[in-house]
Amino acid sequence: MLPPMQDFFDIDSVLSEDERAVRDSVRQFVDEQVLPIIGNAYIEGRFPREIIPQMAELGVFGANLPEEYGCAGLNNVAYGLINQELERGDSGIRSFASVQSSLVMYPIYAFGSEEQKRHWLPRMATAEAIGCFGLTEPDYGSNPSGMITMAKEQADGTWRLNGAKMWITNGSAADVAVVWAKTNGDPSDKSIRGFLVPKGAKGFKAKDQKGKLSLRASDTSELSFDDVELPADSILPKSGGLKSPLMCLTQARYGISWGAIGAAMACFEEAVAYAGTRIMFDKPIGGFQIQQQKFADMLTEIVKAQLVSLHLGRLKDAGRYTPQQVSLAKRNNVDMATDVARECRRILGANGILAEYSAMRHMANLESVYTYEGTHDVHSLILGQAVTGLNAFK
Amino acid sequence: MKIAVCIKRAPDSETRFKIGSSGTGIDEAGVKFDISDFDSYAVEFALQTIEKGGGGEVVVYSVGTDASQETLRKALSMGVERAVLLKTDAPVFDSMAVARALAAELQGGGYDLILFGKVAADTAAGAVGAMTAELLGLPVVNSVSKLEVGGGKGTARRDLEGAAESIEFPLPAVVSIDEGIARPRYPSLKGIMAAKKKPLETKPAQLGDVRLSIVKMELPADRPPGRIIGEGAAAVPELVRLLQTEAKVL
Repeated sequence: MLPPMQDFFDIDSVLSEDERAVRDSVRQFVDEQVLPIIGNAYIEGRFPREIIPQMAELGVFGANLPEEYGCAGLNNVAYGLINQELERGDSGIRSFASVQSSLVMYPIYAFGSEEQKRHWLPRMATAEAIGCFGLTEPDYGSNPSGMITMAKEQADGTWRLNGAKMWITNGSAADVAVVWAKTNGDPSDKSIRGFLVPKGAKGFKAKDQKGKLSLRASDTSELSFDDVELPADSILPKSGGLKSPLMCLTQARYGISWGAIGAAMACFEEAVAYAGTRIMFDKPIGGFQIQQQKFADMLTEIVKAQLVSLHLGRLKDAGRYTPQQVSLAKRNNVDMATDVARECRRILGANGILAEYSAMRHMANLESVYTYEGTHDVHSLILGQAVTGLNAFK
Repeated sequence: MKIAVCIKRAPDSETRFKIGSSGTGIDEAGVKFDISDFDSYAVEFALQTIEKGGGGEVVVYSVGTDASQETLRKALSMGVERAVLLKTDAPVFDSMAVARALAAELQGGGYDLILFGKVAADTAAGAVGAMTAELLGLPVVNSVSKLEVGGGKGTARRDLEGAAESIEFPLPAVVSIDEGIARPRYPSLKGIMAAKKKPLETKPAQLGDVRLSIVKMELPADRPPGRIIGEGAAAVPELVRLLQTEAKVL
């Protein structure tokens, strides 16, 4: 049973039976397969690859893409609930699934040829093939239109790729990278196209970034391309301009808005349980007003985030959502989760710094989530522009 | 091999429940319901048997209100081919009435094996399986933790306190399932979507004369608070005396 505080506004009652069934199945998987191992994986700084086959069997990869490509064909609310449950486990686990689904399978689905879709999507749904997404560069993060990675078309129609990408989730594990590059010497972001670069292509290297204090249970890599030769059919034919990778980010950011709720719920539930049993000054610390005010504030913020994401999901399913609405949800919910995780860690006192509890792991992870997929500040500027009509990026 | 599995909608075993205002059942608000635990082992065993044994069919049955449709659909999402709800207006406590409804439906269904969980997670009566077997005139083996079927017969293992029994029986037969036989799979997301398109038939349950009903449900009385009788070795004689004379456990 869900403690009532986990669903304080009875959101279950407005979910469909299959949305609840999807959520429950992924929740049970996370409870039984992820939570028992994630603390150690985090300390060891490794992505727990052993759970990939089970995630694939469950069907989480590309779950909102059509059945004809081997996917589950879920609606976007169910897809959001999957993200919520995975991130209740760990942001690194959710990131793995987000990248595979929203940043690799989605662009192949949206911009790929029929042959590319038939070749890659079923293999990616079963995790026979793992993907990564290369947009960010060492000097171009919030400003991807400045990217310097360049692909040049050769006389025979093949391509030659040069450049580097950084902060790439799943980079070293990926069988194929979706790489965004400008084309044919044109410095404008209108020339950006997507390319499928297979692991092992000559001149393509992926190296893990070391020393992370966040998302430790996730692989983050640098990719480098030194005169990588790509066949003519490696380009995503329907991609065109910066808009294409931004469309992928909108998909992923939507999922992240749900994922952050999961991380917050995990921390909140843990802190409430702790406060109910931790005795200080002869009574449970949950009985002190100072803790109760924190819980009231956090509960309120979690409920607001749940309602934002659910409504956004319904809009997305109706084909009526905007990237700006996604920015609002990502910005609000991740910021909320970082605050909740930190406050919960503090409620746990000294215990809160141990990996045995989840709060500090979530707290550290969420700093990455706050920073990636459009930093909090970038989303502020997107919303500022939506409000005023004035572009503050330049 | 054709297998029927009879399943019940029951509160999730980790639920902490309250007694409802009627005083004869639990307050269902906020309570999560699922396939009763032992019944879900039976569903998993049936699916694995068909998957290993070169085909056949698994059909799930439930006696209950419309709410049990969700329970049946969960079994469909695990891979069961079709489901039948024997519908009642309210939950039925009388095991014999439930058995009559099931037997009437299963009779002539051509099943090689009819499976039950050994007891339901809520009532823990453990009676419907054996009663159904009796009504159908079939052999029954209860609380089975290992089962092999084939060639018109079955071999079952029952774990007893400190020993185990192996039992052989002809098919068709009724078997009730204990834990340990098979770990239920997670319904896959594709399975959940596919379940929406699978047949789920609803028929009125032929309960006959319902003779039992719950008149009152109550929680156990609160335990009296513990008391401290002293500290260290000095308290031992008094502790021993109280364990002998008051608690009467020594």
